[in-house]
Amino acid sequence: MRKVSITLAALTVLGFTGAATAQQKGEILIGEQCDRTGPTQIVGIRLCAAVQDYINFVNSKGGVEGFKIKVDEIDHEYKVPPGMEAYERDKRDGAVSYMIYGTPHAQALNQKLNEDKIPGTSPGFGISASADGARYPYLFPVAATYWSQGAAAIQFVKEKLGGNLKGKKIAYVFYDNPAGREAIPILEDLQKTEGYELRTFAVPPPGVEMGAQVLDITQRFRPDFVIDHLFGRSPSVAIKEYKRAGYPLSKVMGLVWASAEADIEAAGGWQVAEGYHTMQFAGAGDDYPVRQEIKAMYKSQGKEPPKEMDDTVVYNRGLFVAALHVEAIRNALKANGGKKPTGEEVKKGFEQIHDFTLGGLVPPLKITAEDHEGGGWVQIFQAKGGKFVKETDWIRAYPDVVSAAVKKAE
Amino acid sequence: MFHRESGVFKTSYAAEMALYPLPIAKWAVAAFAGLFIVIAPLTLGEYYISILNLILIACVGALGLNILVGYTGQISIGHGAFMSVGAYTAANLVTHLHAPFWITIPAGGIMAALIGAVVGIPSLRIKGIYLAIATLAAQLIIEWTINHVPAISGGVQASIQVPRPSLFGMQLRTQAQLYLFLMFFVVLAIVGTANLIRSRIGRAFIAIRDQDIAAEIIGINIFRYKLWAFAISSFYAGVTGVLYTYYLGIANYEQFQLTVSIDYLAMVIIGGLGSILGSIFGAVFVTLLPILTRWFLEDYGWLFFSQGDLLNAIPNLRLILFGGLIIFFLVVEPEGLNRLWRNIRNYFRVWPFSY
Repeated sequence: MRKVSITLAALTVLGFTGAATAQQKGEILIGEQCDRTGPTQIVGIRLCAAVQDYINFVNSKGGVEGFKIKVDEIDHEYKVPPGMEAYERDKRDGAVSYMIYGTPHAQALNQKLNEDKIPGTSPGFGISASADGARYPYLFPVAATYWSQGAAAIQFVKEKLGGNLKGKKIAYVFYDNPAGREAIPILEDLQKTEGYELRTFAVPPPGVEMGAQVLDITQRFRPDFVIDHLFGRSPSVAIKEYKRAGYPLSKVMGLVWASAEADIEAAGGWQVAEGYHTMQFAGAGDDYPVRQEIKAMYKSQGKEPPKEMDDTVVYNRGLFVAALHVEAIRNALKANGGKKPTGEEVKKGFEQIHDFTLGGLVPPLKITAEDHEGGGWVQIFQAKGGKFVKETDWIRAYPDVVSAAVKKAE
Repeated sequence: MFHRESGVFKTSYAAEMALYPLPIAKWAVAAFAGLFIVIAPLTLGEYYISILNLILIACVGALGLNILVGYTGQISIGHGAFMSVGAYTAANLVTHLHAPFWITIPAGGIMAALIGAVVGIPSLRIKGIYLAIATLAAQLIIEWTINHVPAISGGVQASIQVPRPSLFGMQLRTQAQLYLFLMFFVVLAIVGTANLIRSRIGRAFIAIRDQDIAAEIIGINIFRYKLWAFAISSFYAGVTGVLYTYYLGIANYEQFQLTVSIDYLAMVIIGGLGSILGSIFGAVFVTLLPILTRWFLEDYGWLFFSQGDLLNAIPNLRLILFGGLIIFFLVVEPEGLNRLWRNIRNYFRVWPFSY
């Protein structure tokens, strides 16, 4: 017994002394939160692996303007207190930018990022109103917010239904939490001008049982199009249920968190989901030079490319986030003449990102001091013959309606 | 709290009730207070203080839950929700009335106490696992309400930004300032609990825990005291919620979900039911252990894993290690860390002349 406790004590002491590993010179630190073990691990394990791969890839090419990039990933199980601890730790170690993971974390860190002058990104989650860079100076949604996604979904549906939505019925199926409801005001705003009939269907968490809702949608409401805004396990459950109810999946589209390969596979494979439309804020699929280069990097090290790459949707989003951080740091280094940048300089670097497409994987973003969303671009892909096929180019819809909502939000 | 010597024979009720049975206790407490209130914020780095801050907030919640679970023998899986009640009460007071913290903190606590007392009503008829389910329902109902009533949650995102507390016109911004701010309430919570337990109410709680029928026979109004236990415990939870809100600068319902309730129950059980020191041990253990295991794995994980696997291994192993250590400590001492600490102390008090 005593031996055990002495060993434990010794291990603890070792942990303390070893933890303060000093940051090397010529290295720029990016802080990163991740969730590899909590409720959103299905995303985390792939997204964070992609971030690591991209940073390794950049370093293998000599880094950025002579600096090596280091990304310090800390898992927080999607809980807020460990997330705060992770942030404080990266701040102590001198992180110049921060990859937030999780909506509550984006909200909890908002004030801190301003105080500490460290720019943070919240792609595809977080606060929609943070697209307004004047009010949220250090928060960068960078990808299309839920509001932009809702608007783009309506425009896409309009095209699919022949250019006119008058009298058409649209069902909005959402995960019953704040993030799930977030797109509703936009859909209601657009209803006034487009004249469609909108009905919303809430799916209570955890969203693994939705037979009743799907029957209600397909048998009673009989919509012309369904927009799914679901998370976690529920997108796959929804696909399965639509199939069972005999509703054509070519009349269903999923917003960005209901649109990964993992969702299709969990629903029973590609033949089940044939026709399902998915919205993406980073390009899906394998046909991007950066993916080939990362595979080549693995080959040259004599290793197989990681299996995380197979889920192209989430993996590519990881590349997207990492690439934007690296690009912002590059801009900062160019602006300050190659000194190690501060968080403030990297923030300015983010605001100079313009026409950076990474071979089509990143949309034609134009991030400015006012617009931290970069335009709200999305691309629609369709599940067809075992993979996602591009249906549209990068689109942004009803920018005036969305920006009015951003202005109005308090 | 931190000492006990032999040869202490209490000959009066006053001596039995005393907070400090011996002068050394007073000195020990003063030394600890000096260490944590003066020395720690001056010497520790910001990062370490931020960890201490998380522990401090958890301490208040764990103390409150221990009053209910440890001292009164009732159970609640709704404490996360009571925290959110406090958090949203304070956030609304701040945004609509610009109330200062010395109003919002008691107000958040009282609101949580009221709701907690209502939730406690089933405890009059049901016990144990059945009561757990009733409080679980409270957790879900409160979560749902906050989520769906914009008047409470401030609109579509169910989160309200709250500026940091200010004291004498100075806004508390740095971790060290927040540390002292939080420490003030932790000290209040500890002193309050210690005195509560010595009082008539506290003794009634303990009587109810030990045998509620016997307690009723000796004239304790079970109805009143069970509700008091729920109210006081929820008051602590509400204050915890307000402290979280001030610390993070935002009230958000996702910070107070079911897992939080379970975490706090874990703190109380690991730390030791029915003891103040146990609550603090539990809060420290549950907050610090994941951090320590990660530090350890980051430094020595390469011994077991390749660099590529390490990032995946750390969080997963951390969970396994965390669970394993909880089981280990509970097997070694089922009555929690507090009892373990007492055993160690008792061993060394007579060392090397143990018999």
